[in-house]
Amino acid sequence: MKPVFSKPKALNDAVMHYCPGCGHGVVHRLVGEALDHFDILDRTVGVAPVGCAVLMYDYFNCDIIEAPHGRPPAVATGMKRSRPDLIIFAYQGDGDLASIGLAEIVHAANRGENVTVIFVNNTVYGMTGGQMAPTTLLGQQTTTSPYGRNLNTDGYPIRMAEMLATLEGTSYVARHAIDTPANILRARKSIFRAFEMQVKDMGFSFVELLTTCPTNWGMSSRESIRRIKEELIPYFPLGVFKEKEVADYI
Amino acid sequence: MSSGKRILVKGNDAIGMGAIKAGCRFYFGYPITPQNEIPEFMSRELPKIGGEFVQAESELASINMVLGASALGVRSMTSSSSPGISLMQEGLSYMAGQELPAVVINVVRCGPGLGGIAASQGDYFQAVKGGGHGDYHLIVLAPASVQEMYDHTILAFDLADRYRNPAMVLADAILGQMQEPIVEREEEVQEPRKPWALTGAKGRPARHIKSLLLKEGELESHNRLLQEKYREVQKHEIRYNELEVEDAELVVAAFGTSARIARTAVSKARSEGLKVGLFRPVTLFPFPGERLRVLSARVKNFLVVEMNTGQMVEDVRLNVSGDASVFFYGRPGGAIPTPMEVYERIVKHYKEQ
Repeated sequence: MKPVFSKPKALNDAVMHYCPGCGHGVVHRLVGEALDHFDILDRTVGVAPVGCAVLMYDYFNCDIIEAPHGRPPAVATGMKRSRPDLIIFAYQGDGDLASIGLAEIVHAANRGENVTVIFVNNTVYGMTGGQMAPTTLLGQQTTTSPYGRNLNTDGYPIRMAEMLATLEGTSYVARHAIDTPANILRARKSIFRAFEMQVKDMGFSFVELLTTCPTNWGMSSRESIRRIKEELIPYFPLGVFKEKEVADYI
Repeated sequence: MSSGKRILVKGNDAIGMGAIKAGCRFYFGYPITPQNEIPEFMSRELPKIGGEFVQAESELASINMVLGASALGVRSMTSSSSPGISLMQEGLSYMAGQELPAVVINVVRCGPGLGGIAASQGDYFQAVKGGGHGDYHLIVLAPASVQEMYDHTILAFDLADRYRNPAMVLADAILGQMQEPIVEREEEVQEPRKPWALTGAKGRPARHIKSLLLKEGELESHNRLLQEKYREVQKHEIRYNELEVEDAELVVAAFGTSARIARTAVSKARSEGLKVGLFRPVTLFPFPGERLRVLSARVKNFLVVEMNTGQMVEDVRLNVSGDASVFFYGRPGGAIPTPMEVYERIVKHYKEQ
């Protein structure tokens, strides 16, 4: 019998700690498929964030380091500069990347570091228990915006993909959602493209994924999936915002 | 150590020369006075020898770039001055927890806050007591000459690798900015193998470097192991210099620039017949407290001189015997004690015996 579907070699058999309906499992799988596809698992080092995905070293079969909160792009920079033969990816959540680590992501992108950043945007701080994130939507209730995010006091949710696409240093910038099989396939294609950019020394690649957090959204898994389409995508449009054809920094 | 010729070098440049001699090829830093010659030197020299220089967006980024490079097993370094070193405390705590070696240079300026750019020893506590969160220590070296700026940088790389721990060279603005002749080391520096490094999981299981230890008891055990390591460092790596302590009735204790100033004062006192010696800790962590304890069995008067309001003096008091008197003279905020001021303190306390 020919297997038609199997777990990527890049992922191990550990039972994930993520909540039911959480998007991290899907994104882990897509990253794992990319590592398998390019046959780079044994020369890849991942950089884990602070947040729910800090435990990603329990699930990936590649070397992984844990970075201080928000600093994965700086850690990835130090790694890629000292061992350019290795494939370096950072995996970050919205609090990690768009709040405390904003300087690190913007400057790593602007320097055109030849690394791949996977940005999981679920509009909320997960591990700390559902506080307001820089990507929390206006009106969205969280434990620190109990009356809903208010633009007068909390400002607007940040669109990271668009911001990074304006920087000359970025080579590939995309945003996708994981709410439907079709969108997951698009996300998969972009994640593959992002790693391909790095393998080909094309420079900084960034893929933002709109994902679910049923626990901190106070929703069922099904309602969470629906929220991506009804609330997230209208504010965070999907697509490839930038794709360089040739590297311009080598 | 070497029969090489003497060359005139600025303290900050000597740091860069020492780092390159030690095999450091990766430097990450952010400008701040009075240490700018170090990133300038590294940005000029590293590309010539296949190294990488990155001007980071902040000291937060610098130390985390060092963290990343170090995790892959290469020798890397950053340098800064006091306010910038404050920003690095997060990364230093992580690296201590993750047992990653690195060298951090602090060309200390005066504080608190933005303070000023003149020399100070006000970062002693921050350097030797941890500085960041959690129970940990850096290995801290205190150079007192441009030659030692060079030598200690090499030594810091060796100690950092040997103990898998960040090491700091605690200099100051005077040492960074002054020129003195130095002799470069001729023999090659040996780098140890690093079987713990992240190199890609080729032909071996995946490897993880982390400091988040959530299993019951796991973090306590890890802390116990770290403390065990610090005890090893204390056992094997204490370094200090002494001048005329054998028959001394008063010993001046000072590190770095203060020790140089104190040396002039001690010589003057000796020339006038006062039995005064000088004790200079070279390692601030591990602190040569045991030697002070032994000295204090005979010497009953200590004068600690610092360019701050009294920091190392606490460690001296902790270590000398209970019947010894410990006096203090210090000037904070970028003021430099003069040899005459120190001499006057020596005479005053010598007579009080």
